[in-house]
Amino acid sequence: MSFVADVAGSGRELAQKWGRFTLFTSRLCAVTPRALLRPRLLVEQVHNSGAQSLVIIMLSGLFVGMVLGLQGFDLLRRFGSTESLGSAVALGLLRELGPVVTALLFAGRAGTALTSEIGLMSATDQLSAMEMMAVDPVRRVCAPRFIGGVIAMPLLAAIFSMTGIFGGQLVGVTLMGVDAGQFWSQMRSAVELRDITEGVIKSGAFGLACSAIAVYEGYHAVPTADGVGRATTRTVVTSSVAVLVLDYMLTAVLL
Amino acid sequence: MIPATDPTARDGAGCIARLAGVAYAIGGRSVFDGLDIEIERGKVTAIMGPSGTGKTTLLRLITGQIRPSAGRIEVDGEDLGRLDTDGLYRLRQRMGMLFQNGALLTDLDVFENVAFPLREHTDLPESLIARIVLMKLQAVGLRGAARLMPSELSGGMARRVALARAIVMDPKILIYDEPFAGLDPIAMGVVLRLIRSTNDALGLTSIVVSHDVQEIGLLADCAYLLSAGRVAASGTPARLAADPAPVVRQFMTGEADGPVPFHYPAPDYEAQLLGAEVPE
Repeated sequence: MSFVADVAGSGRELAQKWGRFTLFTSRLCAVTPRALLRPRLLVEQVHNSGAQSLVIIMLSGLFVGMVLGLQGFDLLRRFGSTESLGSAVALGLLRELGPVVTALLFAGRAGTALTSEIGLMSATDQLSAMEMMAVDPVRRVCAPRFIGGVIAMPLLAAIFSMTGIFGGQLVGVTLMGVDAGQFWSQMRSAVELRDITEGVIKSGAFGLACSAIAVYEGYHAVPTADGVGRATTRTVVTSSVAVLVLDYMLTAVLL
Repeated sequence: MIPATDPTARDGAGCIARLAGVAYAIGGRSVFDGLDIEIERGKVTAIMGPSGTGKTTLLRLITGQIRPSAGRIEVDGEDLGRLDTDGLYRLRQRMGMLFQNGALLTDLDVFENVAFPLREHTDLPESLIARIVLMKLQAVGLRGAARLMPSELSGGMARRVALARAIVMDPKILIYDEPFAGLDPIAMGVVLRLIRSTNDALGLTSIVVSHDVQEIGLLADCAYLLSAGRVAASGTPARLAADPAPVVRQFMTGEADGPVPFHYPAPDYEAQLLGAEVPE
């Protein structure tokens, strides 16, 4: 009986959280057009979420590409088709690894920064002060950060894929001796526009999900040190799960 | 008492805020039950009471941040219960609030913090915004600190910047939440005089939440003492100081024990010690 009650309680709590998240996201979307009228704030947030994540994105992209180059070379060698390494690396990065790994890194770096920043603003009464100055904190604080994240994510994913391809080329061509001409020509012939579109759609969807989760958790964080810490952890966990679930759903639809 | 610089500013021309039969509860615990308060226009009104009596909650009710479960709250002729979000925001443009810690926006410097409401609500040219901000900073003595970041300010300075920001839109009502908490005597004296002079020079109505009896005695025109969710006493600070009611006496004289007990409710002391019972 107690187990049933616990399950029912958890289900109700989950439904309440979903309801709150949906309401908050609707409010966020409603104020987004007005937030777009303040380009200076958006540029600032694209810089915070995007430019400040560049080093980690490029470094990770490079090593993911290098690993892809090694694994791909080993696998393709068994089938005697190492010249296809370029297309394997490019397709893997553009369609799958680029958007997914970028989103996971974004959740860990920019998402946590957004949550803790907004949570601390709440804990130090800055959001209440804005409300008292008749300024809607969702419009002034959350919306620019949300839009900034949505704009930054596809750009970061593109940069990730680009450095990844460079890493794959570095290992495949420079270390393993794959012919450079074959590497690039195979890539050019295999990669189609729809592969790039798939990556862009995925990274756009991940950007929406990760940014919305990060600002939601920050805005609803319990205004204490412990509360902000917990909200930051929830951002990483929820965003990561959301990215992986969304990835499967989008892949199933786009294939 | 600190003298008013302009006696006409203190002529009560009716009530600017009125709470009638207000009830409010958090998590099933009643904070207010039938609270009646009237804030007179042009005066400095203090809200006092021991910790946990809901002074800050009262400010949140007056500013419409939370809604009462019963009763009516009127501020500047508006019934808060009938206002939608836009109406509430329009009303708040006629109010200023100074938070206990200043609540300055930490990513903006002093100048930008004070300019923030002007940038959000007006289309004034930059040169005019700069002049208004510098005038307000001059009024609180911090014109020279315009380019400092909030992290570089002392507690007293942060509160003065917050005061400059609160008055930058020329509000009708200014609300202070524990403005003296944690300040050294000099900073406290500065804030005390600023509250009085700002109120009188700008013809404002000030509501000050505090439990600093001495400072309120110097500053306020009238005071309300809250206890157990109701108004335990009201009147001039001198009248409160002479009030014989035990709850008022305990607060005004700072007695450790009385109607507000020193000990938090606990099981029998002797039985607990002898039984070596560990509190659960």
